[in-house]
Amino acid sequence: MLASRLFTVARAFPKHAALGCLVPRLKHTLPDLCYDFNALEPVISAEIMKLHYTKHHATYVNNLNITEDKMADALKNGDINTTISLQPALKFNGGGHLNHTIFWTNLSPSGGGEPTGDLMTAIRDDFGSFENFKKELSATTIAIQGSGWGWLGFNPVNGMLKVTTCANQDPLEPTTGLVPLLGIDVWEHAYYLQYKNVRPDYVKEIWNIINWENVTERFAKARMEKLQ
Amino acid sequence: MHPVCILLVLLSCFSVVSSGTSAPYHGIEKYAEEYPLPKLPYAYDGLEPHIDRATVKVHHTGHHAAYTRNMNAALKEWKNDDTSDSLSRSSLLRILQNLQDIPVQYRTKLRNNVGGYVNHALYWGCLSGNQGNRTPTGTVAADINTVFGSFSAFREKFTAEAASLFGSGYVWLSRQSSTSATAKPPLVITTSQNQDTPISEGLRPVLVIDVWEHAYYLKHQNLRAKHIGDWWALVDWEAVNVLDGWWAKMDVKVHEDL
Repeated sequence: MLASRLFTVARAFPKHAALGCLVPRLKHTLPDLCYDFNALEPVISAEIMKLHYTKHHATYVNNLNITEDKMADALKNGDINTTISLQPALKFNGGGHLNHTIFWTNLSPSGGGEPTGDLMTAIRDDFGSFENFKKELSATTIAIQGSGWGWLGFNPVNGMLKVTTCANQDPLEPTTGLVPLLGIDVWEHAYYLQYKNVRPDYVKEIWNIINWENVTERFAKARMEKLQ
Repeated sequence: MHPVCILLVLLSCFSVVSSGTSAPYHGIEKYAEEYPLPKLPYAYDGLEPHIDRATVKVHHTGHHAAYTRNMNAALKEWKNDDTSDSLSRSSLLRILQNLQDIPVQYRTKLRNNVGGYVNHALYWGCLSGNQGNRTPTGTVAADINTVFGSFSAFREKFTAEAASLFGSGYVWLSRQSSTSATAKPPLVITTSQNQDTPISEGLRPVLVIDVWEHAYYLKHQNLRAKHIGDWWALVDWEAVNVLDGWWAKMDVKVHEDL
């Protein structure tokens, strides 16, 4: 098992084959949370935060690692059937890990209010006003059928902001080409214990904890990468 | 009409309406101006200790009720918009079987809300707190053995599908379309996303589990496997056979009409 993994790593880095033999494939891990589980109350309860992070996100991470291991073996063996059959699990668990990693940074106990500077300018340019943008993202997110995410994304082709949604754990960038700036998780596990079936209340309240600093950072980075 | 006949007709109507054994899915096969939230065949705590009262209550009065309201509103809009469209004045079953013929501006709303209304009616209709009906019986049990080899093989496959479904959806045991007036069509396990239903694929569902998180989150949080266990403990095999028979009666009627 170990030998086959080393071979995979060595093949990926042919120039450093010697070094590659010493480095095992890295596993994904849960990112650190920058605040306590109860820090987002009363908007999101400590109970939800704890389950969401230690159970749901952790499961995506574990299953992503398992799927990647299986995929590495299948690729090494030239087993195309297995490689293809693992793709839904890769998208689901990889997407779940990506999405939740972004989500935790999009929220903050000192969040809320409105963005300023370049991000606010871009929102006004592309949506008319912050109110329009907020209404559009909220309505679109609430209307998602089943499980999914509402997103504010950056279009690297035309430099514009766009509101859109993705189903299940489909990751925004590979699915739509948009760079994720702000995501709202509306899987029922994100709000059910507190808001039950009243998703609109959850989406209304979450605006009080949006970390505009983080969204601005993501926007600045995306814009800079577009310019390059 | 002779007064005694009128009386008899009225009495028989009354007995049908007040029979109290009406399944939640009765009525989806005929057109109505508006559809009511189906009554549950049990009290909100009637599925305890397996499915808790709080979950059944919010599932019925929150989720199922919202699908009912939204479905009725969308149907009304569609009917008012096009008084010549006969599909808008068909049964919910017919609408689900002909989604592609719904005008595009109503299609998604109806797919989701008629689906939600019917799917939940079928879900409630397969369960009961009646301990007496826990053993697989009747034609459905026999056909399960034929198709899957044994009940436990069927249960394992069904459970695996329910545990691994990504996102929101359902797992179904259905009969394929009837091609013969005499032979029972074979059983098949399928899954559906969101409020999609195998009825739209021409199938006749006889058993269904709801694995949307709202079906179990209050009690089990992320542990869907526990919900699946609870659900197996509530499947009422007599009700499943009744549902199977209900589809068969409709097939017979169709053949008679032909």
